[in-house]
Amino acid sequence: MDLSYTDEEKAFREEVRTFLAEKLPEDLSAKIKGGKELVKSDVERWHAILNEQGWLAPNWPKKFGGAEWNAVQKHIFEEEAAAHHAPRIVPFGLGMLAPVLQKFGSKEQQDYWLPRILSGEDWWCQGYSEPGAGSDLASLKTSAVREGDHYIVNGQKTWTTLGQHANMIFCLVRTDKDVKQQEGISFLLIDMDTPGVEVRPIILLDGGAEVNEVWFTDVKVPVENLVGEENKGWTYAKYLLTHERTNIAGVGFSQAGLTAVKRIAKAEMAGGKPLIENPHFAARVAQVEIDLMAMSTTNLRIVSKAAAGTAPGVESSMLKVKGTIIRQEINDLARRAAGVYAMPFASEAIEGSNEALPDPLAAGPVAAQYFNNRKLSIFGGSNEIQRGIIAKVTMGG
Amino acid sequence: MNFELTEERQMLQDSLRRFLRDRYDTATRNKILESDSGLSEAIWSELAELGVIGALFTEEQGGFGGKGFDITTVFEELGRAGVVEPFMETAVLAGGLIADLGNEEQQGHVEEIISGALQLAFAHGEPTSRYDLFRVSTTATVKSDAVVLSGRKAVVLNAEAADMLVVSARESGDVADEDGISLFLVPKDAKGLTVQGYALLAGGRAAEVTLDDVTLPASARLGAAGKAAHAIEARIAAANVAQVSETLGAMETATRLTKDYLGTRKQFGRPIGTFQALAHRMSDMLIEMEQARSAVINAAGNLESDRKVREKHVSAAKNLMGRTGRLIAEDSIQMHGGIAMTQEYELAHIAKRIVMADHRFGDTDHHLERFIAFSAA
Repeated sequence: MDLSYTDEEKAFREEVRTFLAEKLPEDLSAKIKGGKELVKSDVERWHAILNEQGWLAPNWPKKFGGAEWNAVQKHIFEEEAAAHHAPRIVPFGLGMLAPVLQKFGSKEQQDYWLPRILSGEDWWCQGYSEPGAGSDLASLKTSAVREGDHYIVNGQKTWTTLGQHANMIFCLVRTDKDVKQQEGISFLLIDMDTPGVEVRPIILLDGGAEVNEVWFTDVKVPVENLVGEENKGWTYAKYLLTHERTNIAGVGFSQAGLTAVKRIAKAEMAGGKPLIENPHFAARVAQVEIDLMAMSTTNLRIVSKAAAGTAPGVESSMLKVKGTIIRQEINDLARRAAGVYAMPFASEAIEGSNEALPDPLAAGPVAAQYFNNRKLSIFGGSNEIQRGIIAKVTMGG
Repeated sequence: MNFELTEERQMLQDSLRRFLRDRYDTATRNKILESDSGLSEAIWSELAELGVIGALFTEEQGGFGGKGFDITTVFEELGRAGVVEPFMETAVLAGGLIADLGNEEQQGHVEEIISGALQLAFAHGEPTSRYDLFRVSTTATVKSDAVVLSGRKAVVLNAEAADMLVVSARESGDVADEDGISLFLVPKDAKGLTVQGYALLAGGRAAEVTLDDVTLPASARLGAAGKAAHAIEARIAAANVAQVSETLGAMETATRLTKDYLGTRKQFGRPIGTFQALAHRMSDMLIEMEQARSAVINAAGNLESDRKVREKHVSAAKNLMGRTGRLIAEDSIQMHGGIAMTQEYELAHIAKRIVMADHRFGDTDHHLERFIAFSAA
């Protein structure tokens, strides 16, 4: 046991700091700090900057063009990126599809799709959930019927994050209705420009439209877009979800969020003094900071173990549950801290809107973020599903 | 002890509930939310005709209610339907202050208020006052027979639609003194008054109100010079009773929607409410709902009590509703899943009303501290 960073790790932190200081565009960090939504070109610009540095895919093996960082390096990068208000890396291609292709895809698929993910040529979205298949994902009904060299896809996906920007979608589809649910699912890559694909935005309670419904009507998909074997898609999906969950601890987000809470609470006055000096509020902040410090180490312990060759199993479910509870608690504190100035509808947080808001605290749209982040404990397998997994794995049954 | 509503209040509750069920569905309200004014004048007039506003004033003031349980009867129904029209601002706060403190001429407005013809706002909080009731730095300076107001008021609900504003300003004393605060009736078109409006996350509109040497006749003062603090506190107490009642109504809707959803939504081949993890949370919600109702009853029943007793119960209710409201809103969303986060689903708006109520007239923590102070006193 040694909690101190090695000289190499310290040097790496310096390298990350220098990179962020030099290369992170100020307009992007200002948007993140102000809680504003990034437009598509913002994300593409940041991805391109990271790609040029070779840091866009920290998890990927070097042979695919990744950085292949270890757990500590990833942790350091995440901390520094959050501290500098860097945009998050949009994970659908890089963090979700890519690991599946790298493990289960054909050589041709790897050679074709992976470089396009890095270059930003393709923007991927995820076609998993359906109106009738949420927590019970395996009950999905979107069908793919083989006809010669193509599958014909029909059905509907929902909660497709940033689907409005995407040109490609990876989907779980039903290729066999007559077997056990999990054994009739395949993993298919679909070009969103194909006739019969329709994307409809879903307006959320914070006024934003980051998620979509995606409809498929007789969509022709070439058979070479099948990943791995037909009817083995559930295995790949579970593999992907494990990766999704590893990232979902969100330590960096929480650290940035906690910094913001403290900043707001210093600006906000209560009883003639900064709110941060109010013992009751200070106790709330301290409580979540203590939890976050411990979870940060939990995250490092688990991710280190995974890097050493142990697949993250039940631990990733634990990280998801605790990580989202902490993030949501921090969102709640930011909302509380802003007092009456949490009430205005921050439409400027939404893409394309410029309505000025009173924001003497420079708090940003804290209440909208609080509501938006209720999604954290719902998506990627709800926290109830995660607790079910933990119980099943540790107690059997 | 008797926990039944009087016959009159029961009738008001029934007619209000029926009206709002028929006339104020999710789609109708979402149109109101998206409109420039953020409120429906038609709904306003019809509710006024039903007696919603009259029920918030006493008989001496020209109404037919005005007690704690009249307020709860009205606002619980408004909350149940997620009504965003500014009855709190016009009737309970600004209208109430005019009725409580006004001279004969000023009280003449009450009739217009009850008929639904007048919109009002209460401009009291300031950018650095947070939830402190007596922290007023806006100044009122007497110049011969006129009074000049200067300062800024924060997040003033209904300021744009208001015909007149009731504005608090300090005539003497230090910034947080109880003594020295006066109230003024300021016409919306007064020279030097600027209203910068914006929409609110949970519906309705508010504004930053700037007073730049707004000159008024001394007759614009409501009540005695420098002595408004306790009248403001009593009105905020009434507003808090209205607020917790509205939140209770909204929580009932959230609970009902969640119960229905748990019974109909199927995953893994069965209604999700049959999973114990969710069933127990639903049970906890129902237990907390009973606590919430009792806290609201305690506050309403003590609204006419002496100051210390009244304020202790008001703060108890506001603290409990802040905690319980958060639980009900968050667990309702969680047990629904993604659907609850979509604007077209009723719960989205209802959950926002519940949570954002904690940002009005003091949050959970503020009222915990206040409860301690009033318990010790």
